[in-house]
Amino acid sequence: MDIRDKIKEKLGSKITGWHEHSSRRVYLNVSRQDIFGVAEFLFKQAALRFSTASATQIPSGFEIVYHFSHDASGTMYSVRVLLEGAEPPAVDSITPVCSAAEWIEREMWEMMGVNFKNHPNLKRLLLAEDWPDGNYPLRKKED
Amino acid sequence: MSHKVIIPIGPYHPLQEEPEFFQLYVEGEKVVDIDIIIGYNHRGIEKLSESKHFDQVAFLVERICGICSSSHPYAYVLAVEDILGGEAAVVPERAVYIRTVVDELQRIHSHLLWLGLAGHFIGYNTVWMWAWKYREPVLDLFEMVTGNRNNYAMLKVGGVRRDIKDEDIPVIKKTLDELVPAVKMFEGAVIDDPVIRARLEGVGILTREQAIDYSVVGPTARASGLDMDVRRDDPYGAYSRLDWNIIVEKTGDIFAKTVIRIREMQESIRIIRQCLDKLPPGAIDADVKDIPPGEGIGRVEAPRGECFHYIKSDGTNRPVRHKIRAPSYMNVASNKVAVIGGTISDATITLAAVDPCYCCTERVAVMRRDTGAKVMNGWDLIKLSQEKTARLKEEVNNGRIDRG
Repeated sequence: MDIRDKIKEKLGSKITGWHEHSSRRVYLNVSRQDIFGVAEFLFKQAALRFSTASATQIPSGFEIVYHFSHDASGTMYSVRVLLEGAEPPAVDSITPVCSAAEWIEREMWEMMGVNFKNHPNLKRLLLAEDWPDGNYPLRKKED
Repeated sequence: MSHKVIIPIGPYHPLQEEPEFFQLYVEGEKVVDIDIIIGYNHRGIEKLSESKHFDQVAFLVERICGICSSSHPYAYVLAVEDILGGEAAVVPERAVYIRTVVDELQRIHSHLLWLGLAGHFIGYNTVWMWAWKYREPVLDLFEMVTGNRNNYAMLKVGGVRRDIKDEDIPVIKKTLDELVPAVKMFEGAVIDDPVIRARLEGVGILTREQAIDYSVVGPTARASGLDMDVRRDDPYGAYSRLDWNIIVEKTGDIFAKTVIRIREMQESIRIIRQCLDKLPPGAIDADVKDIPPGEGIGRVEAPRGECFHYIKSDGTNRPVRHKIRAPSYMNVASNKVAVIGGTISDATITLAAVDPCYCCTERVAVMRRDTGAKVMNGWDLIKLSQEKTARLKEEVNNGRIDRG
């Protein structure tokens, strides 16, 4: 079965949005409580490579996009999770599924202030030790 | 762990890419744990990018790395062009070929740089001198083609900024012709040398499973048997129209990584020759006016592996979000598993095998597990590594090791 159909079938109702920007760029939305299971399926069963993740501040909160690469077809599957509502933003860590996510989750935590639950080693990666707590440099400053 | 940690104040060269600090915990000769600390040179480029307009960002990201300084702008313009419909739809043919030439020249000079440093780390200073000697003409080509030896300023959204002149093409070809025997010599010198084999085979192994778990990229992944290369998998530039090979090895050790980089230089020479022969006439850039709202992903196969850029646009002339992930970000993290279990004398070359940078190794500290006392610094470790090679050389000469 084609990898695209396999992902659609296995993840089924967990996919709340599916957008094919081009033949090799696919964006899918999942809800925050499903990301661990989705990452586990994409990384372990579907054998996609974890490329990286990007956190962005949006008007309603934050979005995290996890970029998984299917190298055999050269396709990026970018999984979007919206973290809206009450501060502080938090989501399950996917590091227990793939070690490759350890650094980028630490980076999103310190830069954007997103908390990753059950992360095995959630400490600073890039910021200096004396950087003030609660100051997240990649957040947009309010005018 | 309750180690008493002493951090040596190192020479933190801000000029080098990726200053990193490795703290090794050892029991006797054996490395039992490692802390990897990065961020010394974090410059906030993602944040800075949000304050530049789309044309300026290419120059900004070129300065992320002085070695693969066309990979970052290339991945960035691909990300912007992804929003516009893709490189093939936006960029004129001639520019696509010129981009490919620059991308491959860069791979040659980067791999030669690494080969020299690897030689130095294991005590082969002749390899160091020779590799850098042959790197020099490649930098001269960059100066001729782009006007700069580093930070080429060739890439722009919609094309390239400088054309390759007709009279330059024979000069490039001649330099490549002269490089072929040099690369052959390096291949022979490494593969046929019993001491180098004894020194690098079975050392610093990253297994296929570990490579997958850490999602490593580039030569580091290909040395562990993962057949992946962005140039073929998610083609950009002119790669899908050219005849070239991806080099994959299975053993995951440093020897495999070395062989891959040397053979990749031969492929790069093949690629550039074909590009120059096929270089189509025409414009070198397209007139790109506005970047519409949307998001785009660009990735290129940098000398160290997949370089990833993500751009989010809201329709203004600046990106609202620009995520950059360099290949070493994935590869360096895998040192956590590659170094543990090896000896201290193998640590420098193992840490260097993913091709981070020189200054990284200079700030390695070794802690004895029982007391936590610092017992060695980076230079001691390089010396230790070179001494091991000398020891092996003697054993090979005395016929105690029969290799190659």
